Amino acid sequence: MHLAYPAVLSALLFCTGLYGVLARRNAILVLMSVELMLNAVNLNLVAFDVWLSRTAEETLHSGQALTLFTIAIAAAEIGIGLAIVLAVYRNRGTSDIDKLRDTVEGHEPDGDASDSDASATRATAEKAEATA
Amino acid sequence: MTTTTLAVLVPLLPFLGALTGLLLGRTAPGFVRPLAVLPTLASLVLAAVVAARQGGDAAVDAATELTPTGSVPIELALHIDGFAALTAVLVGAVATCVQIYSTGYLRDDPRYPSYAALVSLFTSAMLLVVYSGDLMVLLVGWEIMGICSYFLVGHYWETPEARAASLKAFLVTKLGDVPFLIGLFALATDAGSFRITRILGAVANGGIEHPTLIALLLLAGVAGKSAQFPLHTWLPDAMAGPTPVSALIHAATMVAAGVYFIARLLPLFEASQAAMVVLAVMAAVTMTGSALAALAQDDIKRVLAYSTIGQLGYMTGALAVADRGAAVFHLLSHGAFKALLFLAAGVIIHAAGTNSLAAMSRMSNLRGRVPDAYWTMTVALLALAAIPPFSGFFSKEAVLGVAEHVVTGHTAHAPAAAGWIVLLAGLLTALLTAAYAMRLWLLAFHGHGTEAPDHGRQPLTMTVVLWVLAVPSLALGGFAFRALPGWFDGHDLTPTLTTSVLGTGVALVGGIVTYGAWRHTTAHAARIPLGAVAAHPEGDAGQVEAEAIASHEPAYGDIAYAPDPSDPGRLLLGPLHRHAAAGFHLDAVYSALFVRPVRAGASLVRFLDREVVETYVRGAGTLPRWLGAAVRRAQTGNLQTYVSALLAGTVVLAVAAVLVATGA
Repeated sequence: MHLAYPAVLSALLFCTGLYGVLARRNAILVLMSVELMLNAVNLNLVAFDVWLSRTAEETLHSGQALTLFTIAIAAAEIGIGLAIVLAVYRNRGTSDIDKLRDTVEGHEPDGDASDSDASATRATAEKAEATA
Repeated sequence: MTTTTLAVLVPLLPFLGALTGLLLGRTAPGFVRPLAVLPTLASLVLAAVVAARQGGDAAVDAATELTPTGSVPIELALHIDGFAALTAVLVGAVATCVQIYSTGYLRDDPRYPSYAALVSLFTSAMLLVVYSGDLMVLLVGWEIMGICSYFLVGHYWETPEARAASLKAFLVTKLGDVPFLIGLFALATDAGSFRITRILGAVANGGIEHPTLIALLLLAGVAGKSAQFPLHTWLPDAMAGPTPVSALIHAATMVAAGVYFIARLLPLFEASQAAMVVLAVMAAVTMTGSALAALAQDDIKRVLAYSTIGQLGYMTGALAVADRGAAVFHLLSHGAFKALLFLAAGVIIHAAGTNSLAAMSRMSNLRGRVPDAYWTMTVALLALAAIPPFSGFFSKEAVLGVAEHVVTGHTAHAPAAAGWIVLLAGLLTALLTAAYAMRLWLLAFHGHGTEAPDHGRQPLTMTVVLWVLAVPSLALGGFAFRALPGWFDGHDLTPTLTTSVLGTGVALVGGIVTYGAWRHTTAHAARIPLGAVAAHPEGDAGQVEAEAIASHEPAYGDIAYAPDPSDPGRLLLGPLHRHAAAGFHLDAVYSALFVRPVRAGASLVRFLDREVVETYVRGAGTLPRWLGAAVRRAQTGNLQTYVSALLAGTVVLAVAAVLVATGA
């Protein structure tokens, strides 16, 4: 198989992932898009490892080894990421990342006047989770 | 043990007592009282032994050099002549009395441990000054006394008066100490040594090139320490401290140090006629001014403070006519009766619950409440007024007699002008001294009005000390004036007929006139009620006194003055009374001359710092602040914006890299 097929496929996958990361609002979909990008890279790694098989043999197929490594990392990453998203959803009642703007300049931590008491407890829980 | 070893132990024992007292004061409160009294008592005994062994013969000299300094050597030296030996006995005796008295006076004071340790340190510093044969070592003791007086005067630091008084005492004496230090350096450079014996040798050989300059510089430090005009203003304010401290400062230590210092280096001062005349003028102004001021004071302790200044004036007067024997004789007898006066005043303040003479003159039967204080204070006041045969008579007549000698030209040591100044001022002051002593006695013990408050019996430690001190006040002069010349320079100290008759006469006149004025004015006293009394029958004397001092200004409008028309001093002084009560407005002059310019300078510096320097600093910070504000805008809190910016940057970099690589 010619290198062009997997290369184009992976480029498409990467662009889809990138679009997802930049444009989706739901944090879970953003995480899924990140996975897409990672897998696009994995596909590239495997394809080029096969394409450059002679060199690959000399370097002990380091492309494929790196792919396995990336898969493992990605699994861990998605685990932690989903856990964080779940916790944020439990605290805030939303996983819309447009509404999660705590780091904006001039933002007072949980300065909402409406439910300051409840948000204060939430803020402490959030901090506890962040440190954990 | 040799005399030298004993002499070293004399200042060392109170020092060690102070050190252990400070260390153990909190952990072992049971040891505080013994640690305060016993080392001082031991050093008194040792000082007496040293005096007995020295016996007025050749001076005991010992010196050891710890390390070479490279230029003028500084040695740990002792120089014990008759003056040093006897002065040390006086210091030890008064300090022991004060320590014993303090155990009763500050019975319940929570800060008693540190107080007792500081009194011990004070005593040790004074003994060091007395025995030291090296001027640098003497200066160490001199400065330790300065800092101890700061702490002790400020003992009741909860009251603003005490805080202000302690700062003032420290700053004013330091104002004199700066020229004093320069004078010491100049003297050592000329003489090539700090040792007193070598300096006196250099003076005798004419080796001092600028005696007038050096003498005047040293005189500034002496004026600060011994509270001579114009640096005496700290002493009346120092009455804000506890009474035992006043007794210690006024009788034996601190103020005596200045007079004693001149007595040690008198040949140096004699080498300059100008310095002697300056000394005489200083003594005369101090004597008469302070006696007038004493006549107008309302606070019983301030009367005594001004009287101390006046008596120190007598001592410097004696030095101005070049007789240190008479000066130190008066120092000794004055030390005894002035300590007694202060300690008795402490008892009276405790019993009356006030320090105001105006309030005391409206109490009847105060003398029945404190019979010990009444009788001993009567003795001490008679000694102060120089009525024969009390000790003050002999020492004061010695001073006046010497001045008369100088006037009639029997001695070549001092200029005749100095003799005239001292003699006339001395006689005038004798009149005024008798007047204010009489006024104090009448107002304090012969009041009419409500019964004095009953504070129970005074502690035994306080009353016994009074009788102990009454003995030398009564008898020291009469027995000592024949023996002392053997200890001192050998000048005769016997009272001469002319000055005795004159001095006693004017003193009697002063007393009788005051009595007449009092008879005239006392009828008014009942009509004008006055007085604020701090009654704490259960509290110790220190607490009563602190409260009395703190309440004097709110009650009477001024710390030194009470609007009392029945005061005989008001009748005697006439229009002068208002100025005398304020110490002839010297404090106001100082505040106009020094305090206000310094304050103005400080506010100018503050303006320069706040408005000028700060503006430049702020200006330099403005541009980075604006840039920061602009950059902060980019922080939206939206992750996707950040990632988009990252992507855009990556793309730009990638395109640029490709363009560079392809060479386009």
